[in-house]
Amino acid sequence: MRRIISILMENEPGALSRVIGLFSQRGYNIESLSVAPTEDSTLSRLTLTTFGNDLKIEQITKHLNKLIEVVKLVDLTEGAHIERELMLIKVKATGAQRAEVKRSVDIFRGQIVDVTSTVYTVQLTGASDKLDAFIGAIGETQVLEVVRSGVSGISRGEKVLSL
Amino acid sequence: MEMLSGAEMVVRALQDEGVEYIFGYPGGSVLHIYDALFQQDSVSHILVRHEQAATHAADGYARATGKPGVVMVTSGPGATNAITGLATAFMDSIPMIVLSGQVRSDWIGDDAFQETDMIGVSRPVVKHSFMVRDAKDIPEIMKKAFYIATTGRPGPVLIDIPKDQTAPNVKNPYEYPKKVKMRSYAPVSRGHSGQIRKAVEELMKAKRPVIYAGGGVIQGEGSELLTKLAHRLNFPVTNTLMGLGCFPGTDPQNVGMLGMHGTYEANMTMHSSDVILAVGARLDDRVTNNVKKFCPGAKIIHIDIDPATISKNIMAHIPIVGPVHQVLEEMLSALDEHGGEPDQKALERWWEEIEGWRKVHGMRYETNENGPMKPQQVVQALYKATKGDAYVTSDVGQHQMFAAQYYQYDKPRRWINSGGLGTMGFGLPAAMGVQFAFPDATVACVTGEGSIQMNIQELSTCLQYGLPVKIININNQALGMVRQWQDMQYGGRHSQSYMESLPDFVALAEAYGHVGMKITKIEDLEGAMNEAFALKDRLVFMDIYVDPTEHVYPMQIADGSMRDMWLSKTERT
Repeated sequence: MRRIISILMENEPGALSRVIGLFSQRGYNIESLSVAPTEDSTLSRLTLTTFGNDLKIEQITKHLNKLIEVVKLVDLTEGAHIERELMLIKVKATGAQRAEVKRSVDIFRGQIVDVTSTVYTVQLTGASDKLDAFIGAIGETQVLEVVRSGVSGISRGEKVLSL
Repeated sequence: MEMLSGAEMVVRALQDEGVEYIFGYPGGSVLHIYDALFQQDSVSHILVRHEQAATHAADGYARATGKPGVVMVTSGPGATNAITGLATAFMDSIPMIVLSGQVRSDWIGDDAFQETDMIGVSRPVVKHSFMVRDAKDIPEIMKKAFYIATTGRPGPVLIDIPKDQTAPNVKNPYEYPKKVKMRSYAPVSRGHSGQIRKAVEELMKAKRPVIYAGGGVIQGEGSELLTKLAHRLNFPVTNTLMGLGCFPGTDPQNVGMLGMHGTYEANMTMHSSDVILAVGARLDDRVTNNVKKFCPGAKIIHIDIDPATISKNIMAHIPIVGPVHQVLEEMLSALDEHGGEPDQKALERWWEEIEGWRKVHGMRYETNENGPMKPQQVVQALYKATKGDAYVTSDVGQHQMFAAQYYQYDKPRRWINSGGLGTMGFGLPAAMGVQFAFPDATVACVTGEGSIQMNIQELSTCLQYGLPVKIININNQALGMVRQWQDMQYGGRHSQSYMESLPDFVALAEAYGHVGMKITKIEDLEGAMNEAFALKDRLVFMDIYVDPTEHVYPMQIADGSMRDMWLSKTERT
């Protein structure tokens, strides 16, 4: 099952490599990863998505918690949460396709952020499966380049991950 | 406030931590620190002959005393040579501090001479690591390093120190912190009381209980309490390889070591049990055999300081995360509160069954009439000669298993071996560390002709410091454990398991200034042992020739349950 693990950790050199290293050395997979400092500059927030059954995820979270630089973490998929990913995608847009691509962008509530005579650059935000669906709708032959930010997530309601 | 250079701070922090010994080897990037060491005499530096030996010596010191072992190495090869020792300590949860030199800060990343990314290389085998980026941080880093290494589940901590941070002309104020505050590190200090009470209920209901005690009992200073608990309940106790000595080896309630080369009765007791009280043990693959067939009728109560150890390999029914010492203490008072007693009738029947198993194998082996002596006889002779009261270090292989099976350890911290990583070359340097910690104690290193050659250069260190270690070289002229597996699983094809062109160990010991003895006949063994141990101030290298065809039994059958064992070359369960 897909999980979103959100980690609050010390914003120190080497901290990220310990998290990544843990995954490779114990044979776990990281599907996506995003990390940046928080409003408190001594802390970074890292969100990663991974796959595993309950036992495996329990091991992952226990081992992550053992890392000295990890302050707190939460498995967002255990409760109601909001998941977002940003995608920038360059697609071929010539002739009749130009209108077709534009329509798809509107349906998916994306924005065209750059235009040439043959190319649209589209910005799209949403859950990962929505971004997948957009690529599917456009058709892979039309796609020139894809950049995705990796998943960011946050709990719904009053639950917060903070010190 | 006192103004000190980075190098002086490192040394002062060691003093403030009460460090007696530091094991190391100098080199370019740690020269400032060595100069600061030279100008004081409260911390003694022990010069080894190879950095790996420094780590094992510090490790042996730590295992024998419970205090952290300290190591200093230079950058590059000095640091990478320490990796095996870090990994060894990491696997067995041994508190250790490794100070590694690093090239100047402004050269890092330039492939400078003797530069290695030591933080990166060591990352998977340390509990934590620090890079000194500003000399001002040294006191705080040192304090944190010792705190992290010795608390929670102990482990090695590395501090990488670029040379410029120790420069003698750059002085900063020094004050050693009294306390550590880390928002991201708070080891558990108490087990959950509700869980402990639940565990007591379960123990009271048990009809076929067993206490399975590991190295965590020794590390967590829980040996006395565990012994008290076991006596109070009259439950059988089995020890892991790492746990030997946490419950007296000669106690009638001790059914011996369990696992791959455990006793018949220990493995049968485990397999047939209905409640297992696992304390400071990892339920690792050398114990469980096939996890799907592991102890089918048992409820598992698992006490450990590390939550990640619980339910990693085997699901625990009652997990208790906490320090062994505190949990056992609370468990004993919970027993008082409960007021009940275990089911005596059931226990009586259980003990009858166990006594029956004891009679089946009883660690017997066949001796050779007029033929070569057996390795088991050597360990038994060692036990007799040392009256069971030595510190025994070992290397890795058959001799290690024989030393675990045939020497009865009645006290914790007496049996010192690389259990998790299985590091050949561990024994001799570890024995040095133990001898430094206890200069008057009898220290024996049980080794083999394969393992001893992996750190034999330390004979030179032993001469320099007058360490009277007794080396029991169980020489079967082959890599015995490899050979045993090749006999059992590879049709007797002994691929690369011979040791051809063995040195003359007696001459070698003498060349290093020690006493060498060669023993080939069983009738000479006891006399030679007594003679060797009577030489209180000399290192004696006993080269003892044994039967090269001997195997270690019992041996669990791969992928079976705990009770599936070979009992000899021809009998199996």
